[in-house]
Amino acid sequence: MDIFLQQLINGLVLGSIYALVALGYTMVYGILELINFAHGEVTMIGAMVGLTVIGLIMGLAPDLPGILVVLGGVLVAIPACMLLAYSIEKVAYRPLRKAPRLAPLITAIGVSIVLQNVAMLVWGRQYISFPRILPEGQYELLGAHISYLQIFIVVLSLSVMASLWFLVQRTRLGRAMRATAQSKEVAALMGVDVDRVISATFLIGAAIAAVAGVMVSAYYGLAHYYMGFMLGLKAFSAAVLGGIGNIAGAMLGGMLLGIIEALGAGYIGDITGGFLGSHYQDVFAFFVLILVLVLRPSGLLGERVASRA
Amino acid sequence: MSLLAARRVKVAYGGIHAVRGVDLEIAEGELVCLIGANGAGKSSFLKGVMGLVHAHGEIQLGAQRISGLPTHAIARLGIALVPEGRGVFGRLSVRENLEMGAFTRKDKTGIRDDLDKVFGLFPRLAERSRQAAGTLSGGEQQMLAIGRALMSRPRLLLLDEPSMGLAPLMVHKIYATIADIAAQGVTILLVEQNANLALKTSQKAYVMESGVIRLHGPSAELAQDPMVRAAYLGE
Repeated sequence: MDIFLQQLINGLVLGSIYALVALGYTMVYGILELINFAHGEVTMIGAMVGLTVIGLIMGLAPDLPGILVVLGGVLVAIPACMLLAYSIEKVAYRPLRKAPRLAPLITAIGVSIVLQNVAMLVWGRQYISFPRILPEGQYELLGAHISYLQIFIVVLSLSVMASLWFLVQRTRLGRAMRATAQSKEVAALMGVDVDRVISATFLIGAAIAAVAGVMVSAYYGLAHYYMGFMLGLKAFSAAVLGGIGNIAGAMLGGMLLGIIEALGAGYIGDITGGFLGSHYQDVFAFFVLILVLVLRPSGLLGERVASRA
Repeated sequence: MSLLAARRVKVAYGGIHAVRGVDLEIAEGELVCLIGANGAGKSSFLKGVMGLVHAHGEIQLGAQRISGLPTHAIARLGIALVPEGRGVFGRLSVRENLEMGAFTRKDKTGIRDDLDKVFGLFPRLAERSRQAAGTLSGGEQQMLAIGRALMSRPRLLLLDEPSMGLAPLMVHKIYATIADIAAQGVTILLVEQNANLALKTSQKAYVMESGVIRLHGPSAELAQDPMVRAAYLGE
């Protein structure tokens, strides 16, 4: 029983990070029907920039409280990712707006490979460790442990999601985004500058990804030029699970995927009689992806079927 | 001076010349109709005016040349198109659709007044203001599309086949509203297949055939024209 609760907590933490990254996939898909495969790499760049800045601040002001140092890293990672995503959209996707759908999709994969390699050149092949500067400690809950960092990650993720929800549902920009997602033509007839709405969507998704990138590297204690690949695929699976294009779906799908993965990793040893260990945890995300695509391609909350590219 | 002036407007897409040189003028305050058979190029002309498709030739709104501008810029200059098939945002609420109509406006009290006006014009929309627009009936969606266009306080209102697919009673209601809106001083270009109705409602008419204007003149005169009667009024 205690392992169940423990894995549930771990899953929620991981899931809230997946949810944040999944939002970037789903928002862009909602408007452009493009699976922006470079989004995982944008998250990775967020982690890398964040860690670099954290290292710089620690060198300059060694006495600063750890939480402020990390905050500084996040505050630089956010505009860095926004600038990156804005440029990607403008340079790589916008010229292909009227091209067949496969063209931007392949371009997205290309951009993601380029970003991985640039990151490898800049930060090297080795793992970069996240300094242990955040307050450590944990609470006990019915035999399970929940660390300060885990609480911090969940609370921050939930507040980011709540802010996004408010932005999309209650503001003028959010209304324009939802209108554009339904019809770019009619939105333009209302006076909406569709290109700007698309840029804004990329900017918002990237800002959230930057937060997720720093958090995931804090959680695992490391960052790596290749980390965006798996994280991106899992977040994409989470977005599909929730119903791609649907913002609430991405949040739900992320949380669920995190929980499924954590419970799967916790019990896979028991189920297979020790034949498979918890290092097979990555299998679950893709198992879920396959199941969703076979049984309910529109996802849990999705209305539209992602039948095309 | 005319509010909208189109000269030698051509629209072509995918190798098809949908509009092959249209001249058309609308004066301030007029209700003008553009009639013609299915495929005559009426909707393509409207799309060309709004910049949704590329149009060759000259299009002017007042003194300003609008041909070549992006759609959102044309909309901001004060032209509102109610597109064929209504184009309501199905997953947005009725109220949000109307708010989208006022997207470019900043005057909050004016928007509120206009919202009340639209709800006064179409009480059904007020009853359903929180409902998703996609759940409305065809006629209600047409009301919503017209109301949404009015929310921008347009200088020129373009209506593309407002009667299409509606029950006769609803068509009657929509046309009564169009006449009301015109009476309030809004300049309207009405595109219709239903020539009878359009000629009765409008002051001036253009008849379009295979991408060109065949005839134009006062609607009452065109309604008596033997060719129009034979081709469009089924006599």
